[in-house]
Amino acid sequence: MEQTPMSEKPLPTVVTEPVNITVDGEEITVQNGELLIEACHRNGTYIPRFCYHPRMNPVGMCRMCLVEIDTGRGPALQPSCMIEVTPGMVVDTKSDLVSKVQDGVIEYLLANHPLDCPVCDKGGECPLQDQAYSHGPGESRWVEEKRHYAKPIPISETVYLDRERCILCDRCTRFAKEVAGDPLIHFIDRGANTQVNTFPDEPFASYFSGNTVQICPVGALTAKPYRFKARPWDLQTVESTCTGCSVGCRIEIDSSRNHVLRYNGVDSDPVNWSWLCDKGRFGFESLEAADRLREPLVRSGETLEPASWAAALATAAEAINAASPGSIGVIGGSRLTNESAYAWAKLAKGVIGTDNVDAQLGDGLPADVVFGLPQATIDEVCKPGGTILYLGPDPKEELPVLYLRLKHAVDEDGARIIELAPAGTGLTRHSAVSLNYRPGELGQLVDSLVSGSNSTGENAALSTAAKLIAAAGDSLTVVIGRANLAENAQSVVAAATAIRDAVPGVKFLVALRRGNVRGALEAGLAPGYLPGRVSLTGGQDDQVAAFKSLWGNVPAKQGLDTKGILWAAAEGKLDVLILLGADPLSDFPDRSLARRGVAGARTVIAIDRFPTASVVQADVVLPAAGHSEEQGTTTNLEGRVTVLNQKVTPPGTARPDWMIAAELAWKLGGDLGVDTESSELWAELVASTETFAGAGVDALADTANADGIVITAEPRPLATVEAPHVSPTSAYSLRLVVNRKLYDAGASISRCDSSSALAPAQALRLSPADASPLGLKDLDRVSVTSPNGSLSARVALDSSVPKGTAVLVHNLAEADPGALVASDDAVCEIRVEVG
Amino acid sequence: MIGATTPAPTLIDGVPAVVSSRFGVEGGHTIDGYRSTGSYKGYEAIRKALDMGPSAVAATVKDATVLGRGGAGFPAGIKWGFTPAGVWPRYIVVNGDESEPGTYKDRVLMERDPHQIIEGCLIAAYAIGAAQVFLYVRGEMAHAQERIAAALNEAYAAGLVGRNILGTNFSVDIVLHWGAGAYIVGEETALIESLEGNRGMPRLKPPFFPAAKGLYLKPTVVNNIETLSNLPWLFNNSVDAYRAIGTDASPGTRLVAVSGHVNNPGVFEIPQGTTTFRELFESPIYGNGIRTGHQLKMFIPGGGSAPWFFPEHVDLPLEGRVIGGEGSMLGSGAIVVMDETTDAVRAALRLARFFARESCGKCTPCREGTTWQEKILQRILDGHGRPSDIDLLLDVGDNISPGPYPVASDAAKGLDAIPYPPKQTTICPLGPSSVAPITSAIRRFRDEFDAKIVKRNLIPVSVESFEDAPTLAESTDHGADTHV
Amino acid sequence: MSRLTPENVELAKQIIRRYPRPKSALIPLCHLAQEQDGHLADDAMVHIGELVGVTSAEVLGTASFYEMFKRHEVGKYCVNICTNISCQLMGGEELLEHAEQTLGIRSGSTTNDGLFTLEDVECIAACTEAPALQVNYRYFHRISNDDFDQMIDELRSGRLDDVVPPHGVLAKVRQDLAEEQIANITPPETQVMPRWIADEAAKNDPAASEGGQA
Repeated sequence: MEQTPMSEKPLPTVVTEPVNITVDGEEITVQNGELLIEACHRNGTYIPRFCYHPRMNPVGMCRMCLVEIDTGRGPALQPSCMIEVTPGMVVDTKSDLVSKVQDGVIEYLLANHPLDCPVCDKGGECPLQDQAYSHGPGESRWVEEKRHYAKPIPISETVYLDRERCILCDRCTRFAKEVAGDPLIHFIDRGANTQVNTFPDEPFASYFSGNTVQICPVGALTAKPYRFKARPWDLQTVESTCTGCSVGCRIEIDSSRNHVLRYNGVDSDPVNWSWLCDKGRFGFESLEAADRLREPLVRSGETLEPASWAAALATAAEAINAASPGSIGVIGGSRLTNESAYAWAKLAKGVIGTDNVDAQLGDGLPADVVFGLPQATIDEVCKPGGTILYLGPDPKEELPVLYLRLKHAVDEDGARIIELAPAGTGLTRHSAVSLNYRPGELGQLVDSLVSGSNSTGENAALSTAAKLIAAAGDSLTVVIGRANLAENAQSVVAAATAIRDAVPGVKFLVALRRGNVRGALEAGLAPGYLPGRVSLTGGQDDQVAAFKSLWGNVPAKQGLDTKGILWAAAEGKLDVLILLGADPLSDFPDRSLARRGVAGARTVIAIDRFPTASVVQADVVLPAAGHSEEQGTTTNLEGRVTVLNQKVTPPGTARPDWMIAAELAWKLGGDLGVDTESSELWAELVASTETFAGAGVDALADTANADGIVITAEPRPLATVEAPHVSPTSAYSLRLVVNRKLYDAGASISRCDSSSALAPAQALRLSPADASPLGLKDLDRVSVTSPNGSLSARVALDSSVPKGTAVLVHNLAEADPGALVASDDAVCEIRVEVG
Repeated sequence: MIGATTPAPTLIDGVPAVVSSRFGVEGGHTIDGYRSTGSYKGYEAIRKALDMGPSAVAATVKDATVLGRGGAGFPAGIKWGFTPAGVWPRYIVVNGDESEPGTYKDRVLMERDPHQIIEGCLIAAYAIGAAQVFLYVRGEMAHAQERIAAALNEAYAAGLVGRNILGTNFSVDIVLHWGAGAYIVGEETALIESLEGNRGMPRLKPPFFPAAKGLYLKPTVVNNIETLSNLPWLFNNSVDAYRAIGTDASPGTRLVAVSGHVNNPGVFEIPQGTTTFRELFESPIYGNGIRTGHQLKMFIPGGGSAPWFFPEHVDLPLEGRVIGGEGSMLGSGAIVVMDETTDAVRAALRLARFFARESCGKCTPCREGTTWQEKILQRILDGHGRPSDIDLLLDVGDNISPGPYPVASDAAKGLDAIPYPPKQTTICPLGPSSVAPITSAIRRFRDEFDAKIVKRNLIPVSVESFEDAPTLAESTDHGADTHV
Repeated sequence: MSRLTPENVELAKQIIRRYPRPKSALIPLCHLAQEQDGHLADDAMVHIGELVGVTSAEVLGTASFYEMFKRHEVGKYCVNICTNISCQLMGGEELLEHAEQTLGIRSGSTTNDGLFTLEDVECIAACTEAPALQVNYRYFHRISNDDFDQMIDELRSGRLDDVVPPHGVLAKVRQDLAEEQIANITPPETQVMPRWIADEAAKNDPAASEGGQA
């Protein structure tokens, strides 16, 4: 494909209904009914455009894509972005009339457009600039005064708007409404005075605002983190994958002089369609955070002191050597690349010999469940006309681009969502049916949905949902995850197995949120498993033996998960706790246990990028490379393996996690079998597992696999799990829901300059029905008590919260709900009192 | 002064008042007045229609060839038939957003005979199977809104609108909706957008033909106020009686507003297709002559969007196809007469300014082009024009409406007419319409432009303009009187 | 600067009920707010957004498209003089100049006493009665300079209060369409073939009937 002024690729269209049309004298075969502009583009004829974007509905307003179309009644000027191809259509994209009209449009657009290209961020990669050269008249006859506006104005914390440069293409406003569902920017006024703007004092507070900067065809929208940082011709670009969450959006990393300056979304058809959330898009800012760990640290009394790698590794090895394997635990790994995860699995299980290894932090789902459910891809979940049962976390907050895909499936492709959630979410308004359940009672709700016991219809919504599920049959897909961190995983697991048992052929998308959690589990960072889903205790003796011979050793029995490791540590039974990019003090739902665990471990070794709450308590701190700083692969929530590319060098002496594992292995007398490249580890993992077998280095490098390779594996046996027994409410009148927000006090996001201020204030969200007996109104202060602890918080009345439920947000700067939650309890009962 | 009466139309011998019979009747706007005055008895037509059944009603309207009176002149019966079978609901949207410069007829109908409109709505809704009718009245017409609101209240109370009308299985709601000031909303897809609560920006046809994808993307018939006002008379009389008026291709009557430099400006109901402009201008029952002491210089035959006609065109009949062939259009029945005191440049500027102010801003050529045309014309009128400006004006217009633009013949210059309609680079005809007054004025009165441009060379000019100062050769290219 | 009053909220809800989709009521509700406050206040737009279920930016986006909605305070009387072609021919532009002299303001501005806002406007459909103007959308036909001055005097003295309500009040008669009077207004996706069409179809072909509205 030739280099075109617009960066968007043509849609990947499969021709199932071929028709022939003639474009500029040549006959081409295209899909009947597809848009002409797409058909031409895919077949090598680029028609200039500004407003058209392949991932949004066409509006036909810039008029740049006018071509002459003859469908038998003589040639007529029509916008190729809105005309569907029909058999025999004859198209002229380069006639004198077309050229004249294109000249005219360019001259019109430039009439009021300032000629400030030399100081415009877009200069050099500007579709207006490029198309003015390729399809414009070359000069302007406009001698009048240009339109003037104050410039630029901030329309959000991250996005600036220069209305003088705006050509009113409706891309950003259309994106805000149609794609993001946040119509907070809009055309205002009329005619030549039309401008894009927000409502006064209501900023463009969308999680997806950065996309508007990427799709703006001029320099009207610019992003604070990139403004005036570089010129496009100074940038070096590689493709990679965002690991901010587990959706795995494809990105381009732009860097200059060893600094990452920008991420842009890449149109990966099965995943992100070029969109990114702002957390992902601007997440690179944390790479250069002032407190980024740049060198190893070793505890000396109360403080951590800089040390050489040799000394720090020696200290770590000494502690590990002094401990018995069973008293060593490894928490974390879902931030790692697949290669690093494999290296750490091999180090922990093969060299050290402990199975107390868990990539998750008590806020996910057991590996048994991830491996035991038939898997659906994002595309399968979002298929046109599909029915989706959603019982996971709020996707808008935790998996934002999955939310965009779900929203699109509903809005444009006729999919229907049945949402089961303890309180309203960002998905609720897009759901055909949204059913709220009290924490602990998901099991009953799912039973009545899939058993057909409620189809009599005493509850209209319930019976509608049941009918939708019944009608879907085996095309039903289910998204599961943890909607509530104050409720243990058992109820979700029970619901999942109940659905699996009741609906033959159903497929699941497991919505675990951390970047490479799926890859970490598949690579062996889970208790009881070796890489490739080989169970230590599940009768796969041959495969276990194979790893024993490859690794030299494997643990004899199943170890502890994160909760178990922390309990053991809290009880003084853990000699060494290794935190692999994990911060249990912020992330483990039960704060008390996390605190006791981290304090109770005799030696804590932390491998991380930042001095998190847990890291500062460690005895040995080893600085790790971050995103864009290392080469490797990652696996998204659907099991899609994609390539991560290095673009800059890590700060100081920080190094990739796999390298740290390898060096530690040597200190411990072992050998991970890796010499210089992480790809050696990947080759070993691919060669030694069925799961990754098709995703070798060569396969990933094949351009046919640009969107990555989905690993496939037969679901492992998974027994039906009973829903937890929850006793009726006691004196504690409300049940607590703890969920997440996109912006919180997380280690990376709180270190991004442009996003750190966006974390919301903590508030106990209550149903007005529960608030009024207590006389509570917004912002009143209450004390919240559970059997495990108490906290003080302000109240926010919220009618999307059902009566009997209260909601707090995990990991904000204030009012930590972890103080209320005990990891053993099926639900968290709370009492709310004024004051 | 307020609500000052427009003289009731005077009728030619033997031509019945189809829509205007209550214009001069005191109380004709009330339900009692509607039932007891005028050329037919109100709310009898819907009774007859209900007896006929919906298919026969639709067939009657089609057979009568009731032409749309909003501007395009498309037969209403055929338009109704474009609604796809089996797709429900169907909506009727009544276009009462009369705003075309020179047009004054729907307001009279709304103010003087609102029940006639309501009965027309009922007949149309019954025929096509619409259970909801939205009557969109222009925002600035407070009095029309009051009259229609009062009439609807009466009609609902009398059981003529709402559930089980006249005891039948026919139920329909008619909702009065009103705009808020935007000419473009008179375009039917923009009207629909506006009715959906959006900015009145037109939709592209295809794919958004209202008959198939209109209001809420459901089948929608958009009819003009005057079009529907014809239906009660039609059903009270007959297809034959209706077709006996006017011509075969354009049966019935139509309302025209004759404004500008005539002695007796007014709204007149005339038979379609037969009356000539000369009759309209000169007959004592119509315009009663060009302003005494003056001569006709030019006239607009169909509203501000129509290319201009000149004295040699006064004998043309007001027949859509004839006028289209002669390079203009009948449009909305708005005839604006200009005598020799009229400054062609100033008139063109005023219309250009109208289109610039009313452009919705959606399509680049219209948004930027109409504004540019206004600026250039203003500059010329202010004495700051440049010789290249005339070609620039024409080319700016050409980029909105490419190719030869419709224009009347000019016998003196040996120029033929270019038939209507114009080509367009825009979604709707607003932008292309802006070209009409400019092309018309330049082709006929280029000397007036040149005279203003030459004047500019006598006053100090900015440094920037010097670069573009005309050479002697350029100056002499543009007409005879440039060597002042 | 205000949200809708409780009475206007009730009226707003009644108006919303007349449309298959709430957003269709946006323009009528903006008129209601303008009637309440004399102009369209920001808070009112926020409130309207809440009532019809759209963002404030969407309300502003729609409202700002239409020139009748004034986002800032205007005079008690908006004097709109038509200068479009038919009125221009009959002296509309000269009348506007005269009005500027009489009121002592330029077109587009408001007198210091807050009584009059003067605008030149596009065709108001009174072309045969040129030059014409509107005061708060009430027509004044064939206005001479003397007529204009007299009209201003009468407006100042309140003698025209019966015919010209304060700016914002549009139609003084509203359609009264109570919920119980509505025959059949529901969202489009819930609509079916109307009864009278179904009955006729059934009569012609009894097998072809496909239900119908109540």
